[in-house]
This record gives sequence, C-alpha cells and structure tokens, in this order.
Amino acid sequence: MSAPDPDCARFLDVLCPMHAVLDRTGHVVHAGPTLHKLAPDGNVTGRRFLELLELRRPRAGDTLAELRAAAGEKLHFRLRPPPRTELKGVLMPLPAALAPEGGLVVNLSFGISVLDAVGDFALTSGDFAATDLAIEMLYLVEAKSAAMEASRKLNARLQGARIAAEERAFTDTLTGLANRRALSHVMERLAQTDQDFVVMTLDLDRFKIVNDSLGHAAGDHVLREVAQRMRAATRDRDTIVRTGGDEFVLIFAGLVDREKVREIAARLISQLERPIAVGGETCRISASIGAALSCDYGWADPRRIMTDADAALYTAKNAGRGCHRVHRPPGEAPLDRSG
Amino acid sequence: MREATMERAMHGLINRAIEGFVRDSYGRDTWGRLTRRLALGVAEFEAMLHYDDALTAKLLDGVAEQLGKQRHEVLEDIGTYLVSHPNAEALRRLLRFGGGTFGEFLQSLDDLPARARLAVPDLEVPRLELREHAPDHFSLSVQAPTAAMPPLGHVMIGLLRALADDYGTLVLLEHRGRRATEEIVEIRLLEPDHAAGRDFDLGARAG
Repeated sequence: MSAPDPDCARFLDVLCPMHAVLDRTGHVVHAGPTLHKLAPDGNVTGRRFLELLELRRPRAGDTLAELRAAAGEKLHFRLRPPPRTELKGVLMPLPAALAPEGGLVVNLSFGISVLDAVGDFALTSGDFAATDLAIEMLYLVEAKSAAMEASRKLNARLQGARIAAEERAFTDTLTGLANRRALSHVMERLAQTDQDFVVMTLDLDRFKIVNDSLGHAAGDHVLREVAQRMRAATRDRDTIVRTGGDEFVLIFAGLVDREKVREIAARLISQLERPIAVGGETCRISASIGAALSCDYGWADPRRIMTDADAALYTAKNAGRGCHRVHRPPGEAPLDRSG
Repeated sequence: MREATMERAMHGLINRAIEGFVRDSYGRDTWGRLTRRLALGVAEFEAMLHYDDALTAKLLDGVAEQLGKQRHEVLEDIGTYLVSHPNAEALRRLLRFGGGTFGEFLQSLDDLPARARLAVPDLEVPRLELREHAPDHFSLSVQAPTAAMPPLGHVMIGLLRALADDYGTLVLLEHRGRRATEEIVEIRLLEPDHAAGRDFDLGARAG
C-alpha cells in the first residue's frame, strides 16, 4: 500500500475534507479528516472503500472496476454501517504522475443528509470545506423552522380569536338572522321587562327533501330565501332566530292579539309555500308553526312560554304540513283550531 | 397596522423583541403595567405582523422611563437579551452559524442582512459593513434602513458583547456616534480565547 505524497495529501485535506485516495486494489490509503469521522472506529485508512460505502447510483456495484467505470459521474453512496447515511460523490483516476499508481480520488459530500449527519457524527463547522454550503443549509433549515413556528403560532392565535369571536357573535352566518345565542339573550331581556310578547316556533316542511335531492348548496340557498321572506313578512322590531338546520323562532314584542298571531302565522306559511327557484329547479316547501302568548300567563316565564310554543308546533305538525296552532294555557279551552 | 404602507411599517419582530426583553427580564406584570400606561392598544405583539413605526418609538421611550434607564442602555440590553436569554436560543443559534470563532463571525457580519432575509423575507435589517484596521481592531458601520428605526448600533453592541461571551472571546466595544442613519461601532479583540464559551452543536436544532 503506497500513500500519496504528504504535500499532496495536506492539499486535498483542506480542499476536500471528505475525500479518499484509493490504491489500485480499492483500499483507502489516505482520507480527509471529516471522512474518518464516518467510520465506526474513526479511521478509514487501510479499509476497502466499497466495504465502507455501498455504491447505489447511477449503477449499483461491488467491484473496483464498476467504481472506476463511473469516473466523472455523479455518484450516490450509502454508508454500510449504521446510521447508513446517504452520501453524494464524484471520483477521478489519479494522473499517472501521482502516487499511488493506478489510484483513484473519491470526493464525498452529505447532500441533504447533512441535517442528520451533523448530529450523528458530531460535526462542527470546521469539518466542512470553506466553500461547502452545508453550514448555510443548516442555517436555512433552522431559520425557516423558526419562521414557520412563528407563523404557526400566529395562525393558531388567529384561529382561536376567530372561534372566540364566532362564539360571541349573535348572527347566524348563513342567513344573517339571529342565532341561538342571541335568542337566549332576547329571552333574558324579555324576562326582565313587563312587556308582553309572542313566541312562535317554526319548522320548515319538506326542506330535508330539497337538501337531499339538490344538495347542500341548494339547501343553503333555500334557507337564505326563507330568511328573506320571513323578514319581509314581519316587522323590523320582531326578532327572527335560526335555532337549528331548518328550525326557527320568531319573537314578537308587544303582541297580545290572538287573532293577529294567527294572521301572521298564516301569512308566514303562505309566503314560504311560494315556489323557490334554485338553479334550474323549482322547489316547494312549507312550514309548521306553534305559538304562545305571554299575556296568557300570570307570570310570563319565557322558558315556559317557549316550551308551550314547541308543544303547539308539535300539535301543528301532527295535523299535517302547513298548519299553525296557538297554545292555550292549561285550565282553559283546548288548543285552537287553525284558521 | 397600516395596510397601505405595509412596506414602511415596523416589522412585528422588532416590537416582539422589545416585548420579550421586558417580559422575560422584568416579568409579565411590568410588561402589563407598561402597555396599560402607554395605552398601546396592544397587549402582545405578533412577530409576523407589521405595526406603525410610531408605536415602536413610543414603546422604547416607555420602557426606558419604566426602567429608569437611558434609551441607548435599553437598546444595548435588548441586544444582550437576544443572545443570552434561553427564550431567544433560536436566534443565538442562527447567529452562531456565522462562524466557528468570534473573528469569523465578525467577518460574516456583512452577510447578516441577507441571512436575516432568508429567514424572514420582509424583515428590514440595518446594512452592516465591517472595516478591519488591524487583525484585532475593527469598526462596524450600522446603516438603518429607515429613519424610523431606533439606533440599532446600540443593539449591535449588546448583541456583539453577549456573542463574544458565547464564543469565549474578550472584546471591547464602543459606540462612536451616529450621523444621519449611520452609526459606527468600534470593536477591539482583547483575548480570542479568554474563556471556554458556550457550546454550539450544529446538530442540536433549537426549538
């Protein structure tokens, strides 16, 4: 085994700290200081190169002839002992004037595997050639991770703020009507004033069929149209709440006239029964309504009134589509017939 | 936030650094008292958003008043904080990528703005230019990108002092004044291997 000229070796050590000089039998006769760190025992000199590294691309090979044939090409190696690091490389035969005769010089680099390699082999910036971009790459990875982390935190905070804002919101985003949160707010307020009011609970009929046959987008369109028609059929000071998918609650402050309640309910139903155009289709839905008047109660407990309006709605639904019923407090005559 | 003049608004990272310095060095209560007293309208800065330039100036003045320090002392302390506090470890690591020794780090200062932009493309950082008068004597020109920037030369002094410590190098730093947007910081290397310094393990990714 003949080692290269010491001056030549020093020269290569600085320019290519991950090079190996192979003799004509494929054994390492000299290696750069960083390459030594990759060997389990910290020394690659004297080892057969292809025992340490597996040639994988452009063509897998186990013999020195195959290695020699790939001179000048971009090579992919893998370290045989764990952690089986991937390495990039290029090799050139030594010029005839340089020892060892018939030898090769292989220069290696980590490529993307440098991220793990610096940890696996405890490398420092001094282990890389001054021209190697490895340190810049490590820097970039850390810098980008730090920036991504800051962005991720910002997104998480914004998302949290959005959810909090939605939870505080009183508006149903689809229809622009009040939502369930607003309803409890209105009910609380009503409980604190002496003003009479009417609670109407309204369920759409046949809406599920529209949603199932024409799709959710069509369903959303119908709900917006329904909201629009309910607004047109009521006064500005009345509260319309979408409490669920196709369920609504209407609150009429200051209303005490039972006949008037029936009139409004009938008007709402007839407006909602008008055909609704969705894309090329026309769909027909209807609504069932139950109502309860606070003036029917000695003490107007909004929760109780709501429950009774629901019971009236249940009765209306049992009577078929498009019906309305007004609740009568217990002890009085049974439920009104609808008009 | 000023939507229309986003590119001239202060990057949130600057305000966030001031906030981190106050919170981590003097406690959350101090930070809370400060933001309430200054009526900033913000309790916490977002690193990735932009804020009005005037807010940063008001904040810095407020911090100096609250801590009973000169403004330039506060700026220097912020620089030290950015390298030495555990909460800013990511930044210390990014800076240490600049070189294996403090001397190498100094030679890489000119690249620092480009490095910073690799990480945060819209961050405005001062232009840095190192002049070597002797192997152990340098001057650093710090050119603020906008007149609204606080004098970052003082931040650089705190940062360089803490970083020299990190490398185990003894240095003498002096602010040589400011003309328009340019400041000069004088650097003398006293002992390159003064102490052991702190570890910098390339493979130990912070955070």
